[in-house]
Amino acid sequence: MPKYVIVGGSVGGIGAVEAIREVDPVGTIAVISEESFPQYSRPMIADFLSGEATLEKMKYRGDLFWEKNEIQALTGKKAVSLNLVDRHVELDGGGRINFEKLLIATGGKPFVPEMEGADKDGVFTFTKFSDAERIAAKIGAAEKAVVVGGGLIGVSAAEALTKCGLEVTIVELKDRLLNRILDEAASEIIEKAIREAGVSIVTGQTVKRILGKPENDSVVGGVILTNGEEVPCNMVIIAIGVIPHTELVVGTEVKVNRGIIVDRCMRTNVPDVYACGDVAETYDFVLDESRPLPLWPIAYMGGRVAGYNMAGKKTGYPGGTSMSTLKYFDTPVISAGISNSKEGDGYEVLVNHDPESNLYKKIVLKDNVVVGMVFVNEIERTGIIFYLMKNRVNVECFKHNLLSEDFGLVSLPEQLRRRMLLGK
Amino acid sequence: MGCGLCEVYCTVEHSKSKDIIKAYKREYPRPFSRVRVEEVKPLSFAVQCRHCEDPPCVIACLSGAMRFDEKTGLVMHDANKCMGCWTCIMVCPYGAIIMAASGRKVVAKCDLCPDLDIPACVASCPNEALMYEEVTP
Repeated sequence: MPKYVIVGGSVGGIGAVEAIREVDPVGTIAVISEESFPQYSRPMIADFLSGEATLEKMKYRGDLFWEKNEIQALTGKKAVSLNLVDRHVELDGGGRINFEKLLIATGGKPFVPEMEGADKDGVFTFTKFSDAERIAAKIGAAEKAVVVGGGLIGVSAAEALTKCGLEVTIVELKDRLLNRILDEAASEIIEKAIREAGVSIVTGQTVKRILGKPENDSVVGGVILTNGEEVPCNMVIIAIGVIPHTELVVGTEVKVNRGIIVDRCMRTNVPDVYACGDVAETYDFVLDESRPLPLWPIAYMGGRVAGYNMAGKKTGYPGGTSMSTLKYFDTPVISAGISNSKEGDGYEVLVNHDPESNLYKKIVLKDNVVVGMVFVNEIERTGIIFYLMKNRVNVECFKHNLLSEDFGLVSLPEQLRRRMLLGK
Repeated sequence: MGCGLCEVYCTVEHSKSKDIIKAYKREYPRPFSRVRVEEVKPLSFAVQCRHCEDPPCVIACLSGAMRFDEKTGLVMHDANKCMGCWTCIMVCPYGAIIMAASGRKVVAKCDLCPDLDIPACVASCPNEALMYEEVTP
């Protein structure tokens, strides 16, 4: 019987494997992964689609990662049910794996709303390598694509499809793109860059129905928006968001809110059962509460913490927050924490906006502590701001410098700088 | 004293020719410095990657380009694997990771000059403000 069983072979599972192996070089580890590829970077699927990255470049860890860590890799297998009494996981096709310690790292799954015609040939989601491969296979015959959802995934898909030469329309339900991570001014800058690249943006609408081709109804021929307008296309990418992929624990004792509930050691309510990554709700140090934060670095961090604790090294999860970077359409953007709050409600907002050079910097403070930031185009010192946010540093005496052009470690009070640089 | 020679010698060491005139006048893409001098007179100091023991950039890296080398204890960046997502920039407390000025959409940072015994910035610092020592944590 493997000592450790990890369901999910993406970044959470990889983080856990690395942490377990630091502490326990010999305990048997089994990883159950639906995908049979090597460990690859999911955020890079847009680069794969656009031709900028090969599968080789996408490898998140070197070849033979499973072998080097002596993992019993059950790749191409799906865990279908969980028995917490006998402590085993059942695989499709009938296999059964017993565990001493279990990590559920099943990730998120794309949210696809009820939409007439969503089963047609040419409708895709965009979160996995296989999605990018399937889209790539159809791209030669496609001229126009509709991307449903103007968040991070939608924008990345739109860029890749544009680079492939398609005419792309992004359809966003809210009044602006990237509305969950950016404020109006930042959204406006990136929307401008997206439009300049030839992409059409439709806001305040979604797709009501996906149409077939006149000659073949089973193949995508267009979409009908909520306002009744028809947009012809050969391809629809549904990129509305991801939701925790909790199926495995449904009907078990494991407590689920929106995602699986875990403590700061990534433990669920069931002894020896852990969860991390997009399937779990993890601690947000800005909001001081747990919530789904489906982000790659957070899944890796959570996986590591789970791994250490599973192997007996008590480790607390330091917490993450909403933290996104964008590189698409040649517009570097960084957003972290509470980024779209306005002045008031106890928030103080510092802004430096130069519309001509598309430069935008905003920091949100509460009681003189940084709780959020959005930076567009000038992003190189944002790590220092992120440090101040994460460590809840009172910035009252130097906040006037935070947005200055030459802001750096030199702008910090001497005591803080010495602590950061010299550890004293 | 804020002379900026560390930036100059870092640039040269990371150029193709490793020749100061050619590096500054003739090379394209332009070589650039991985160290930066911050200054608010009378204070000035050089900032470069601290090669953290528990590096936030490695934890956050989306592609696996940023790696902690267990043998050397250094944080190494593989530009060929970098997807230029800027996530490491967001989490580096020192602001020591930069967007490569060479036109490629990747990041760059101090690599402690792997071809030299003493990093170029340290060797060229006229006031011995930069020192290179191994510290056991």
